[in-house]
Amino acid sequence: MKFDRSARRKLWSHTMTVLAGLCALVALIPLGSVIYQAVLLGGPVLSLSFLTSNPPLPCTPSVGTSCAVGGIGSAIQGTLVLVGLAAAISVPIGLAAAIFAVEYRGRFLGLAISFTADVLTGVPSIIAGVFIYAYFVIYDPSIVFSALTGSLALSVIMVPIVTRTCEEALRTVPHSLREAALALGIPKWRTTLQIVLMTALPAVLTGILLSVMRASGEAAPLLFTAFGSRLGFQGFNNPINALPLLIYNFAESPYKNWIDLAWGAALILIILILIASVLSRLVVGRMVRRMRGG
Amino acid sequence: MNGTKMRVERLSAYYGKTKAISEISVGFPERKVSAIIGPSGCGKSTLIRCLNRMHETLPRTRVEGQILLDGEDILELDPVHVRRRVGMVFQKPNPFVTMSIYDNVSVALRFNGRHSREDTDKAVVRSLQQAALWEEVKDRVDAPALSLSGGQQQRLCIARALAAEPEVLLMDEPCSALDPVATAKIEGLVNELKNSYTVIIVTHNMQQAGRVADYTAFLYLGKLVEVGATADLFERPKERLTEQYITGRFG
Repeated sequence: MKFDRSARRKLWSHTMTVLAGLCALVALIPLGSVIYQAVLLGGPVLSLSFLTSNPPLPCTPSVGTSCAVGGIGSAIQGTLVLVGLAAAISVPIGLAAAIFAVEYRGRFLGLAISFTADVLTGVPSIIAGVFIYAYFVIYDPSIVFSALTGSLALSVIMVPIVTRTCEEALRTVPHSLREAALALGIPKWRTTLQIVLMTALPAVLTGILLSVMRASGEAAPLLFTAFGSRLGFQGFNNPINALPLLIYNFAESPYKNWIDLAWGAALILIILILIASVLSRLVVGRMVRRMRGG
Repeated sequence: MNGTKMRVERLSAYYGKTKAISEISVGFPERKVSAIIGPSGCGKSTLIRCLNRMHETLPRTRVEGQILLDGEDILELDPVHVRRRVGMVFQKPNPFVTMSIYDNVSVALRFNGRHSREDTDKAVVRSLQQAALWEEVKDRVDAPALSLSGGQQQRLCIARALAAEPEVLLMDEPCSALDPVATAKIEGLVNELKNSYTVIIVTHNMQQAGRVADYTAFLYLGKLVEVGATADLFERPKERLTEQYITGRFG
């Protein structure tokens, strides 16, 4: 049988389509197995009290006894406190840096900001923790392990992400809109805040959320700063727990109830990030549709 | 006979080391339409962008000479105040995408000073009427600006500029992104606007200059070649270069 050219092309095209589809499936395997494992092992421990009570003391069941399951309430609370404070610190700094770099391109300084943010984004996150740790060991050892230093370490990670994503967001605003505003006699600062920033707002919010999600999943910068604690929030100058920290500390422990707890915490962390991601897409999508008039 | 509203004296403008326009001196009569024509790259957009100091918003730009508005050199004034007196409409419609029709038109009033809601409402209606857009949008002024067609968006931009109550209206090829029907509407509008404003329009379309302008200036390679009443310039050009351009031998 003789192939004509068009049949050969069609066969080639189909082969490649199938191959590309297989690659896509392979790429999904890690994600799928992570979620599968977390649901399988974390699912059974989930309950309302799991979300509210604090982690139990270590325990391995022996014949005739049972261990308290406990919960991850303090870790959820700690993550909210740490990431909340870190966002309060890093969003204004990152946004202001981005605005300066894009709108007031003082040539050299603007480039320097972008470059520095790029480098900082690539720095391993544990460096952020060590940096804050070293600084406070010298400056004020009494609060080396605290919610404050934990938030600062997370901010070191968040600032460059906020800066870079907001820069990109502001750059997508067409120059013609800035010209339109300036030509109406609107001052530069007002043009920047009320025209450029408002136009870029969906992308800016997405960038901020990206940095929040990244910080929520970080354990390394918190190892020598927030440190971890079985208890809930005890003030900004005391150690505090966080979900990734709890997973790191408990998953490696030899105690059955702690390991279960770590799996439960992993599942909760995945769910929280999923919810945040879906919610932000809905909000941003709605904002964009409102602009387009749909 | 009208007086001269704006006049440039020996005006040169630079992009870095490139001299885009060179020692241009020309006057723009009050409540008339003046057109600036010339081939691409002749500096006509640069010239009009100097008139409300938008040229200097681009990096590494520089202006030399004088730009007189009612005899006062605007290069000595605060650019923000100059732009409130000299409005501008750009090549492509550029409405503020986050805002409604109403908010677009009222933006200068809302941002640049305190006006009562009543005054703002009146200004919006008046500006939309002047821009010949009111009838089409009066039932949906709260709709997003981007829900309008391209031609409507350009008239919205004209209304937005008029709401600021400028003395001079600059139009930088306002029809180049529009279809013939929308172009005809804008041209009709320009004829109306000259009753209240001094209009300066840049166009690469000579027929358009012929239809709307009282006076026309011809620029070539950054220099002013000839300026005069539109009919004279088109029918009895004094310069050979002008004649060659308007008869389509280059450009």
